[in-house]
Amino acid sequence: MSAPLLELRRLTKSFGGARALRGVDFDLRAGEVHALLGENGAGKSTLIRIVTGAHRPDGGTITVDGRPAGPLDPRTAQRLGIACIYQQPALFPDLSIAENLALRLETGGPLRRLDWPARHRRATTLLARVGAPLDPRREVRDLSMPEQQLVEIACALGAGARIVIMDEPTAALTQTEQTRLHGVVRELRAQGTGVIYITHRLEEIFALADRVTVLRDGESVGTRPAAGLTEPELIRLMVGREVAQPYPPAEHPPGDAVLRVRGLGRRDAGVRDVSFDLHAGEILGLAGLVGAGRTELARILFGLTPADAGTIELRGRIVRPRSPREAVQLGFAYVPEDRRRHGVILDLPLAHNASLASHRRLFPGGWLRPAAERRLAEDFIRDLGIRCGGPFAPAGSLSGGNQQKVALARWLATGPQVLLLDEPTQGVDIGAKAEIHRLIRGLAGQGLAVLLISSDLPEVIGMSDRIGVMRGGTLTTLLPGGAAPDAVMAAALGRATEAAR
Amino acid sequence: MKAWPRELSVGLALAALLAALAAFAPGFFAPQPLLSLAAREAPVLLVACGAAMVIVCRQIDISSGSQFAVVSVVAGLLAAEGWPPAAVATAALALGTALGALNGFLVAGLGLPSIVVTLATMVTWREGLRWWRQGAFVNLPDGLQWLGLGQTAGQWTLLATALALLTLLALAARHLAAGRHLYAVGSDAEAARLAGIRPGAVTFGAFTAAGALTALAALMNVIQSPQVDPKSGTGLELKAIAAVVVGGVAIAGGRGRLAGVLLGLLLLATVGPALTHLRIEAHWEKAIQGAIILLAVAAEGARRRPA
Repeated sequence: MSAPLLELRRLTKSFGGARALRGVDFDLRAGEVHALLGENGAGKSTLIRIVTGAHRPDGGTITVDGRPAGPLDPRTAQRLGIACIYQQPALFPDLSIAENLALRLETGGPLRRLDWPARHRRATTLLARVGAPLDPRREVRDLSMPEQQLVEIACALGAGARIVIMDEPTAALTQTEQTRLHGVVRELRAQGTGVIYITHRLEEIFALADRVTVLRDGESVGTRPAAGLTEPELIRLMVGREVAQPYPPAEHPPGDAVLRVRGLGRRDAGVRDVSFDLHAGEILGLAGLVGAGRTELARILFGLTPADAGTIELRGRIVRPRSPREAVQLGFAYVPEDRRRHGVILDLPLAHNASLASHRRLFPGGWLRPAAERRLAEDFIRDLGIRCGGPFAPAGSLSGGNQQKVALARWLATGPQVLLLDEPTQGVDIGAKAEIHRLIRGLAGQGLAVLLISSDLPEVIGMSDRIGVMRGGTLTTLLPGGAAPDAVMAAALGRATEAAR
Repeated sequence: MKAWPRELSVGLALAALLAALAAFAPGFFAPQPLLSLAAREAPVLLVACGAAMVIVCRQIDISSGSQFAVVSVVAGLLAAEGWPPAAVATAALALGTALGALNGFLVAGLGLPSIVVTLATMVTWREGLRWWRQGAFVNLPDGLQWLGLGQTAGQWTLLATALALLTLLALAARHLAAGRHLYAVGSDAEAARLAGIRPGAVTFGAFTAAGALTALAALMNVIQSPQVDPKSGTGLELKAIAAVVVGGVAIAGGRGRLAGVLLGLLLLATVGPALTHLRIEAHWEKAIQGAIILLAVAAEGARRRPA
């Protein structure tokens, strides 16, 4: 048998202290579709970035066409015929299709003469090869998402790519568009191209893939031929046996329902018909894949994108938060996902960050009271164990875990009833993670109702009293705390037999 | 705190300049010319305070010079009509506030970029004034100049008023929730919104306050001369913004103090007269001011870069 197109051996990569890849083996043959599967954070993106040259591996070897390739950079990767189609196409919206193709395919100095007819001819040929009869003069901004994907694929073909990586290409496609894309992928395979196909949809794997590799916690747990694999087998591979991690147990049984949500939705946020109860002292985990609508749900509850359907009942009263300001006054608190950008204000000192959402309560009349503010900050530094250079240290000088605690402190200062946490331990080191877990459980113990969005499966299972699973913008399943990871993952993926959107 | 070294360096530059003057041209420190210089710059200080608020909020207002001219001319005409000074002042302040509020509405309400909005209002007010007044000066009635206090007392009054307002605004920035909100919105408007602050209201407030301060500055300028020049205030916005930037306010918003703005203005305003006294040719003034601004922006850039 000839050498594989691409072969990765014992690839390792760490970011700071976090090990993203711990020795991954992977190979891709000419003329095959090789599916790459794994939970969020299993290392798929890191693996792809190493293959496309965006990241340098810390260790391991990369072989292309049987020749050792060394660590790749984007240029070399391109020259070796590696191309990546991302979920969100990376094209220039203001330029035409032909110009977008030319930008990547043409070489030469900035003063060379441009041959427009040749440009258009080539674009037309390439578009025909991917089955997209588009006018190359059209601006990319006028194209639909699937059309843009086809342009990307055309571009990859034009560059002579023999290794094409597709990162969840069908996540935003309709059934028809998906079928058409599958046709293009099969066409590529027939032409001898190797395709690395990443997806969360199990049915796609069975429809398309020749082999499947499953990544878990930065390791490849197995490569199998797709034929003969069953769905439960795949899920078990993805989830694996859980390492028992000590999560703080609930101190009391949950109390009365604080929040009743019925049929909640917002069309343009892709959230529909969400119903659940959240009790005082309860942690309700929200599991699901990226894009399942969990953050969008939190944003609706917090008034950032007000609902256009359904009701929110807070302590027996129907409420309609239409802005974060109203939501804060009602007793909602939201620690957003993107802490680095919007959780804390990096320029402001810790104390100012902590008091920011509670000005009305702390400073009646609008006069700041520095003494009260300092006391508040010192209390939180003590209670939450924030490691910092004092209450007036700039928030930007703290570590990620401590910034997250400051973000939490800001909301605790408002005396909320419902705490919405969106990926509270993302990018936080192990030690701080355990502390944040204890804090969250402690807050629930004080009677706070907590909605915990987390893509970390062990975390959401270990922390939650109940687990809600979202898929396709709605809450599909409610499981008891400590549910089997397979069950949560199966619910998040949906049944393989169920048709995709 | 961390911001002090920056204001300290402006202060040191100013001190060095004053020391050079003391050594080589003690004539600079003659009381009466110095007081006149201070009174001339007092209105600029108020405009700079307004500009600082807008810039801390991560916006920019380049229409203040035109606002200044419109308010000056209208105040002059009303005074010439025989309105009592208090009524003239009230009307002028209301007009300036309205002009500022219009900028604020266009930026915060309609979400238009402030550089474009204030460029448009800058040109509109300036050209509208030219079309309306055809460049005619407004003669003021007797008794309005120096508010009838005489030149020296009038100059002291202006200086004291400007410094008192600066102090009040600096205290407000430090001790009012509204001041804190200004910094929060300028640092990260989305984070501020998530914290329940209304960035739009804060931005609107900053532009409106800047308009009111510009109107007050215009009044303080009008009473210094017997006539109102319809071209007054030309280039004022740039002087004000320069003082703000030199004073250590981050052009990207969220950081800076009014104390620094005062130092920045003192430094820039001293350069011109200092050159005269040091017998250096006067046309170096702009070049030196430009160099100071570049230095300030470069220092800001160096601080912004992650350590």
